[in-house]
Parts: sequence; structure tokens; C-alpha cells
Amino acid sequence: MALQMGASVRRVEDYRFITGQGTYVDDINRPGQSYAVFVRSPHAHAKIKSIDTSKAAKAPGVVAVFTGKDTAADKVGGLICGWVVKSKDGQPHKAPAHPVLALDTVRYVGDHVAMVIADTLGQAKDAAELVEVDYDVLTPVIDPVAAVKAGAPLLHADAPGNVCYDWELGDKAATEAAFKSAAHVVKLDLYNNRLIPNAMEPRAAIGEYDRATDTLTCYSTSQNPHVLRLILCAFIYGMPEHKLRVVAPDVGGGFGSKIFCYAEETACTWAAKKINRAVKWTAERSESFMSDAHGRDHQTHAELAVDKDGKFLGLRVSTVANLGAYLSTFATCVPSYLYATLLAGQYTTPAIYAEVKTAFTNTAPVDAYRGAGRPEATYVVERIVEIAARQLKMDPAELRRRNFIAPGAFPYQTPVALQYDSGNYNLALSEALKLADYAGFQARRAESERRGKLRGIGFAAYIEACGIAPSAVVGSLGCGVGLWESAQVRFNPTGSVLVYTGSHSHGQGHETTFAQVVADKFGIPIENIEIVHGDTSKVPMGMGTYGSRSLAVGGSAIVRACDKLIEKGKKIAAHLLEASVQDIEFAEGNFKVAGTDKSVPIGQVVFTSYVPHNYPKDLEPGFEESGFYDPLNFTYPAGTHIAEVEIDPDTGVIAVVNWAAVDDFGKIVNPMIVEGQVHGGIAQGIGQALLEGAVYDKESGQLLTGSFMDYTMPRADDLPSFKVGTTETPCPHNPLGVKGCGEAGAIAAPAALMNAITDALGTEIDMPATQEKVWRAAQNRRMRAAAE
Amino acid sequence: MYNFNYHRPSSVADAAKLLSSASEGKLLAGGQTLLPTIKQRLNKPSDLIDLGGIKDLNTVKVEGGKVVIGALTRHADVAGSDAVRKAIAALASLAGAIGDPAVRNRGTIGGSLANSDPAADYPAAVLGLGATIHTNSRTIAADDYFKGLFETALNPGEIITAVSFPVPEKAGYAKFPNPASRYAMVGVFVAKGPAGVRVAVTGAGACAFRQKAMEAALAKNWSAAALDGIKTSADELNSDIHGSAEYRAHLIGVMAKRAVAAAG
Repeated sequence: MALQMGASVRRVEDYRFITGQGTYVDDINRPGQSYAVFVRSPHAHAKIKSIDTSKAAKAPGVVAVFTGKDTAADKVGGLICGWVVKSKDGQPHKAPAHPVLALDTVRYVGDHVAMVIADTLGQAKDAAELVEVDYDVLTPVIDPVAAVKAGAPLLHADAPGNVCYDWELGDKAATEAAFKSAAHVVKLDLYNNRLIPNAMEPRAAIGEYDRATDTLTCYSTSQNPHVLRLILCAFIYGMPEHKLRVVAPDVGGGFGSKIFCYAEETACTWAAKKINRAVKWTAERSESFMSDAHGRDHQTHAELAVDKDGKFLGLRVSTVANLGAYLSTFATCVPSYLYATLLAGQYTTPAIYAEVKTAFTNTAPVDAYRGAGRPEATYVVERIVEIAARQLKMDPAELRRRNFIAPGAFPYQTPVALQYDSGNYNLALSEALKLADYAGFQARRAESERRGKLRGIGFAAYIEACGIAPSAVVGSLGCGVGLWESAQVRFNPTGSVLVYTGSHSHGQGHETTFAQVVADKFGIPIENIEIVHGDTSKVPMGMGTYGSRSLAVGGSAIVRACDKLIEKGKKIAAHLLEASVQDIEFAEGNFKVAGTDKSVPIGQVVFTSYVPHNYPKDLEPGFEESGFYDPLNFTYPAGTHIAEVEIDPDTGVIAVVNWAAVDDFGKIVNPMIVEGQVHGGIAQGIGQALLEGAVYDKESGQLLTGSFMDYTMPRADDLPSFKVGTTETPCPHNPLGVKGCGEAGAIAAPAALMNAITDALGTEIDMPATQEKVWRAAQNRRMRAAAE
Repeated sequence: MYNFNYHRPSSVADAAKLLSSASEGKLLAGGQTLLPTIKQRLNKPSDLIDLGGIKDLNTVKVEGGKVVIGALTRHADVAGSDAVRKAIAALASLAGAIGDPAVRNRGTIGGSLANSDPAADYPAAVLGLGATIHTNSRTIAADDYFKGLFETALNPGEIITAVSFPVPEKAGYAKFPNPASRYAMVGVFVAKGPAGVRVAVTGAGACAFRQKAMEAALAKNWSAAALDGIKTSADELNSDIHGSAEYRAHLIGVMAKRAVAAAG
């Protein structure tokens, strides 16, 4: 049978998705279900003087109206942040209370004030309008730099100066010394714009209570149902985990925003027991804009020390990151351990020092969003390297080459904690240069100029740390959980296979990719394999999907379980073939006595295990094994993206005319799925660089980009046809040799595109490169040219 | 959505009667603006009077040097009409670039004009071509129709039945879409014909307006170059997170030139 690894197998899940037969949370309806609507704060910052729910409670169809007093009376705990980051002074980060429903203060527009439950959604909406909240409006602070200045409005009494933590990484003294000896110092101030995730499916939840068994069920649009169950049981409700089942069925995209434990599913599940009825909530798109965890929002100053030959000597980075009004589930680790640890990039920069101050502001919580810290790091490194090339008048490809970590230098210890395992950065760059026809760029630029257009080219030689993550390492850095993954592989007696994975697919295609891995392990048809995920009552404890970890960690757990079954199968085969176990080999679906033609197919071995009439007497019957995999290191996907733009100086309109992406994801299981992931990632990265940006009114704190009328998402006609290629240095420490591909595009694209745009304009601008900003820069360029 | 009474009259006269007797009545044509605002509870009509049951309001005719388009004609039908394309190609292509296919298959010319969204496309064509708006009680010249932000010359209870466009000698439209909504951030319609040389701007101000300095220049010399150096004042132009008034003022110049180039 042909190997499935490396084959572009069509996604088995797509039939149900594209024919509208997926089962998303909103498709699920439970008997007697009621509907919840959340009354949200219209103010960015206000004291709640009083809440009068009496009129709402009497409205037609209303079952219950709950406020923070009710959750507090029931001892429902606040939402938690699961990663402790310590400030420079050794103090843990400030973790102010994050009540499920506000108690006395609201801190962002969209904050949860009350929950109205009624027989129908319309009745719940009608009644929600009758909840009377008397606010004492306070001055908000939106900008993180303004928030940490003296005299700024204070959000939380237990977070003085609105600072969550003031953290550092790297060798400050060595870095200062490097700058003293530098021939050139390149400086850069940048803003990494705030993004709103906008998964196609909005968040949704159904809470249900079974009185007979005193068991709760929470249907949730979660990327990690077991983690959600753990948080709800251990930290919020204070109940045993076996009494809560979390189901995350088909989920329509997450991009990180569905990792977290939010107020809505917490409140719905709590309320279901309170009223002894199922409670359903589905976000409207405007609620998604307001209350999904946002991403990015960094303000950074960076300096790069370079010697006379273009070798990087040191990098120092100072960032203020916005965490929003409250800490979301993993908010603290994103602008620290997932960010500054990547500041070495692909380079041998020997000394790096980073400091990050995180701020509370009157905005929605900020947490992981596709790439989570790593796009921000790549943006800093690849922008400043490009600017260095311009200032040193060096070819940007050549400057990168001079500083790349050499292919023979792995494992490579960076000055910012990570040890890169493998890579060949120059190879990816060289391939990308060919794919982009770099040699022909100057001619293309001249041709554009003849048409009155400005053309630019830009690079991003990115690296990311994926396959998150070795539990002991993240534990030592403050993470509250282990980041291994689980699998259970169960043969049915007639040879088909159920694979239970703790990973969760919300668009990635696990049902296909994982099945390919298993098909090859056992030499069986892919049609005989079903991947099961997303239900804590079926799947063993697992950690879920984020950080491009599913195949590297979850796939490795599956391999472990498969290997155990093969070992067991050898014992059964040895018995059937009357041979010694040591002489049994397994290949292509057959257990064989080495050096003979005696063999038995796996189907017969499996059947024998379930009908053990003729069976090894000391062996357990059945053909099912579990595997847990805790990675030995992160994986380090890397590559080079090259963007090329043409700008209309009359309007500021940017056409992205060429895109070459060469990525090293290690071994690739399904090239078609990988290519799709790359396309999607680049689209999101182009969205960040050109179009997207959450804007809050600085005075009122109102979200100005609260709908698709004002928040610009990338569309097909904003994007070029991508030229993609791959190089392959297998990951040396996981059994599949895979590195992960989900975030790469979103990490590489913003820097590549902004480098291209600023190359065309000859001046710096921040993301998003809106038409007006680009037009103004183009006008200034014209004036400069005229003055010369 | 709040509850409302739904009506589907079969004549304009019945629709007008229903509208005048309702406390907060709204006419439903294509519903591309009205329905989303009702769904979001931003609009609370007591009565929704669906014009979809009225016959003969969705016809397109070219007669007597005029293109006459029934008020309920969908954007897609204007875009796809060979007669319109032959008579006023710029009008057909304008209609073909409104919103997206779903909007074009539901939205109507009458609905667009009655709503008078400052960023809608049709107002530029109506003003730029010097069209006449026909209602159940009178005709209104385009120059008298657009009054301000979502404000028109329509009286309470007045219903648009058709729009007639004089066939020009030359006409062109250039739109600079808002990157998010794809409405016109600036749209300029230029025409030379029975109504004179006209330059109408949408998207930039509270409602569609004419750029008279450009009209004068084009009347003397119909060419994009004739517009060189003609500035539009940014005073009273729209300003938002996508573009300042100054940027819009600049874009009027660029789009006007492109419209002239498109007109040929």
C-alpha cells in the first residue's frame, strides 16, 4: 500500500463542512433549552452604583436574571490566568480579580454586567433592555504607555500604576558592552497593532445540568476542552472534574481566541444548574468584536548593534504591551516567554537584552492570537535587520546571510533561553530568492517607475518556537500546566481503528493528517481510521491545540500508542507463527518472521486479541493502547518570506504583487494541508500589515472598529497568488520529525510586507499601512525628491 | 429584532395608505440597509410595508433619450441590462460594483436613493447625470433631491416609483472603496450630455454633491488634464478612521480624473 505520509490526501472532514453538515455548538439544541443574553457595559470605565433587575425579571418568558452578586453568593470564582511571570524584582505578576459578572466596577466596553435567561432569545433580548444599571462613569485609559504613566486612571487597586509586570530577559551588561564596541547602532520604534481575531464561527456555549447524576455538561467553542474543564472545576466552580463534561464539537476557527476560559461559558454552565435547564448563548458578531480576547498591541523601541562588517553584536528591546482590562487565561506568557525568547531570530547575535512592561487598560483582554508573541518578535527582529541593511547600504539578503546560524551549529543555544534544534536558514533564503526572482527586481522596479508607481521588496527570515512545549521547561518559567499530549488508539475486533486525541481540530484537518500517520504505522487503509477529539467524556485528558503543537506533540503521542500496539502485536504474532518475539518484524501491515516467508496480517492479530482462543497465556486480551508525549524541546520552524509591492502614490493603494514563501516545517505529512495553512497564515499577516487594527476612542474608550463595516479583514482581492516552497530539516527530537506549520505565515508576513512597503516609500510607517498613511508618505517622498 | 406588523400591498397607492396610517412605518424594498438595522435593534418600525408585491416597479426602459429604471429594480438587473449598458455604460458598471453579489441581487435603486447613504454609489450617478426622480406624487430633479446626511426631498409618505436618466454623450464613474465596508469612500461620476457637464461626488460629504469648479474646467476642455490643480475644499467633508477630510478632498481630484478617463 502506498505511504500516506507526504501525500496530499483530501481532507476527510470537508465533506461535512462544505455541505453544511458540521455540528457546531450553535447547531446543538438541548431539550427545554433556554437562552442567555449578557447585559454588557456601555462604558469603558465606570463604577456600578446599582443594578435594578426587577423589571427584567417580570418580563415575558424570563427564567432568571443574574448579576455578580448571585455568582459571588454561590462562590463562583473569578476567571484565572494560568502562567505566573515574575517581575525584575522577583515579585509575581499582579493578578487582579476577574469576576465572571462584574461586581462593582466595569473596565471595558463589553464587560459583563448581568445575564438574562428566557424561554426564547427574543424574550431574553427584550428583558436585557429592561435591566437598569446606574453607572458612575470614570475616566478610561486606552493606551498602554499612557496607562503606566503617573497620574493615569487606575483600573485595579491591587495593580499600582496599572502595571501587571515589569520583566526582563537576557544579559543586560553583556548587551551594553556590545553596544559600546559597535560600529553602527540601528534604532527603531514600532507599534505592533492590536488585532481582533474574527474566527468565522463566533463563540458559543450551552450549559446543561443532569439532576439524576448531578452532572454538568458544557458545550463550548473551545480549542482545548480538557483545559477548560480543569479551569472550571479546579479554579472557578470548585467541583470534581468527573462531574463536568466539556464538549467542543466542530469549531469554526480559533486562531488562539478559543483557547481561553471566558465569562460566558462559565456563566451558562453555572446557571444551568441554578435553573435546572439548559442555557444557550451564541455571540453575535458585535459581541465577538467587543469581548473575544484581542491580540498583539505592543509598543517597542529596539536597537541593534552592528560591527563594521555587518555582524550583529547586540540587540536591546524595550516593549510596553497592552493586556487589556483583565488577565485572560494565558495573557501573561504571550508578551514575555513567547516573545522575547525569539529575539535572536535566525542570527548569531551574541548578546540580547529585552525588557517588557505590561499594562492594564480599559480595553478587552489581550491574549494569544495566531503566533502569540512570536509574530511580535519576528516583527522587531526582521524590521530592524532590514533597516540595518538600508543604513549600511548592504543587500538585505547578504546581511542576513552574514549573521545566520550555520547549518552545522545545531543544537544552538541562543542568548535568550531557547536551544534551537535544527535548521538551514541560508537554504530557505536562497530558495526564496529564486522563487521571488530577486535578481529581476530592479528591472521590475524601473518598469513600475515608468508607470509612476513605487515598487518595493521586503524580507522576513522568521523563526518560531512551536510544538509547545516541554512541561518541565514551561513549568520552570511559571506555566501552571504541563504541555504534553495524549492519545488512545483502539482497534475494533474487525480491524478498524478509533484514535482519540487530546488535540482539537478547529480547521487544521487533524481528522485527515492524524489518520495518515496511523495508516502508515499499521499499513491499513485510511478509510478504516476515525479520529475522535473534543469531548472530555470520550478522550483521555489532553492539552488541546495552539502554538502549532498538534502534530509535533499530539501526533507524537499517537505514534507512541501505535508503537505499543505494534509491540503487543509482535507477541501475538510470535505465538501464532510459533516463533520468538525477537524474530518478528512488522512492516506494511504484516507481522513477519525475519528471514522467512511466514507472516500474519495485522487484522488477524487484532481479531485474535479479541477472540483469544489461541493466545499467549500471559498477555492481556484486546488491542488498545494509550500514549502520552511530553516533548523534549520546542520545535523551530523557520524560513524566508519575500514580499513585493507596487504602490500608487496618487492614492496610497498598495498592490501586493508577488509573494514567495519558503518554509522549513521538518517532515510534512500532508503537503496540501500545509500549503493551506501557509496561505491562511500569510493572509492573516497581510491583514495585520495592511488592513486590520482595533481602534478604541482615546477619550471615551468606545470600540470604533466594532463591526466589519470598520474593521478591515483581508479579502481575496487584497492578496496575490502565493508562491510557496519548503525545505526540510527534520525535527531531531520527535518521532515524526515534524515542526508545525499553523502560525508561520502570520509570523513571517507582517515584517516581510512592511519591509517591502517601507522600501518602496523610503520612509518608516507603522502597521496597518492604511491608504492614507501610505499616500502621505508617498507625497513626502515626492517632496523630498523635488527638494533634492 | 423587535416585533412589527408586516404588510405586502399590491399597489403603490395601497403602500402609501399603509405608510401614512402607520405610527412608525418603513418601506421595505431590497432591505440591504433596513434589515440589518432592524436585526441589530437599531431600527424599530411599527409597520414594515414590503413593496415586493407591487408589479411593474422593476422595469428598465430606454425611451425618448432616457433610461427609465423602476424603483424596485435590483442592482444586478441594472448591471446586467444590455439596454442600460448600451445607453449609459457607466451606470451599468456603477451598479455592477455596488456591494457584493448578495447585495446586488437584493438591493434596489429606489431603496438606495430613499436611504441616501452618504457613501452609496447611485446618488453620484443620479446627480452626475442630472436624473429625475419620479414619486407617487411628483417628479424631483436630482439637484433638488439630496438634502443632507440620510436626508432627501422626499415628503413623509412619498414613495419613489422610478428614476429617469437622460442619456449622455459621455459618462464615467470612478470609486475609491472604503477598505472595510467597500462603500464609496470617494466616488466621482462625470458626464457630458443633455444636463450639461456635471461632476458629482459621493462618499466624501454628508450627501452627494456637485464639484462646480471641475464642471467648469471640463466644459471648456473635456480631459483629465483639465482637472490638474483643481482642489476641493476639505471643509465639511467626512473624516473617519479610514480617511481624513483632507485625504478625501485629494481623492476627489484623483477619482474625477479617472472617471473622465473612463468616460473617454
